[in-house]
Amino acid sequence: MLVTNVEIIPGKRVTKHMGLVQGSSVRAKHVGRDIMASLKNIFGGELKGYTELLQESREEAVNRMIEQAHAVGANAVLNVRFSTSSVAAGAAELFAYGTAVVLE
Amino acid sequence: MIDLVVFLTLLALGYGFGRYAESRHYKSIIEREKTLRRIPAVAQKFPPVTTKPYRTELVTGSVVISVDYFKRFLSSLRNIIGGRVKAYETLLDRARREAILRMKEQADELGADMVFNIKLETSSIYKGKKNSVGSVEVLAYGTALIP
Repeated sequence: MLVTNVEIIPGKRVTKHMGLVQGSSVRAKHVGRDIMASLKNIFGGELKGYTELLQESREEAVNRMIEQAHAVGANAVLNVRFSTSSVAAGAAELFAYGTAVVLE
Repeated sequence: MIDLVVFLTLLALGYGFGRYAESRHYKSIIEREKTLRRIPAVAQKFPPVTTKPYRTELVTGSVVISVDYFKRFLSSLRNIIGGRVKAYETLLDRARREAILRMKEQADELGADMVFNIKLETSSIYKGKKNSVGSVEVLAYGTALIP
């Protein structure tokens, strides 16, 4: 499965267009991490736990998108975009979407 | 009285550690930017026209950075007067540069020549008291060109 954020793959032709595929994941960290984060809010600096958390859930979202692309019989996802939003205190939604296509 | 002492302590801690963390972070950013300068990261949509065969791969880099107590206090003062909030400008600048650097590091591991079609995504993920900005997440992603 080819996942890329360009619209045209040089040297390859799109033979079939399968429409939009998407995947999302909402995650929260355990309380310990939240306490660490509120401490870091005093000192400033990187919140490593949250960086990890968001990275993991972004991978999850991409995997779900890929699953969906498999289900519709595509072999590539083009023009992938990511978006993040916080839905509640300490929980974030990661969203990935793209165009599923069949490349020759 | 105790409240005031706690507040001033937090302010002092935030000022001290925050400044230290920021200057150290900037130092490491500038250093790593120098070593990764050989991989240009551009926002153009299409790869340059070449006859060499290459493959492409999606690369990402993300970071969550928090602002310290002192700067948050400064920005709340700024909210009264209005004007540029420098404290948050440096926060976002650091976060963006760090995210791009992490993306470039991933591209470097793959042996890429350049990264094109870069998109940056910013969101505030941790709301502090009174809905003030606690920390921001920046995600940078693009397509790496691997010869």
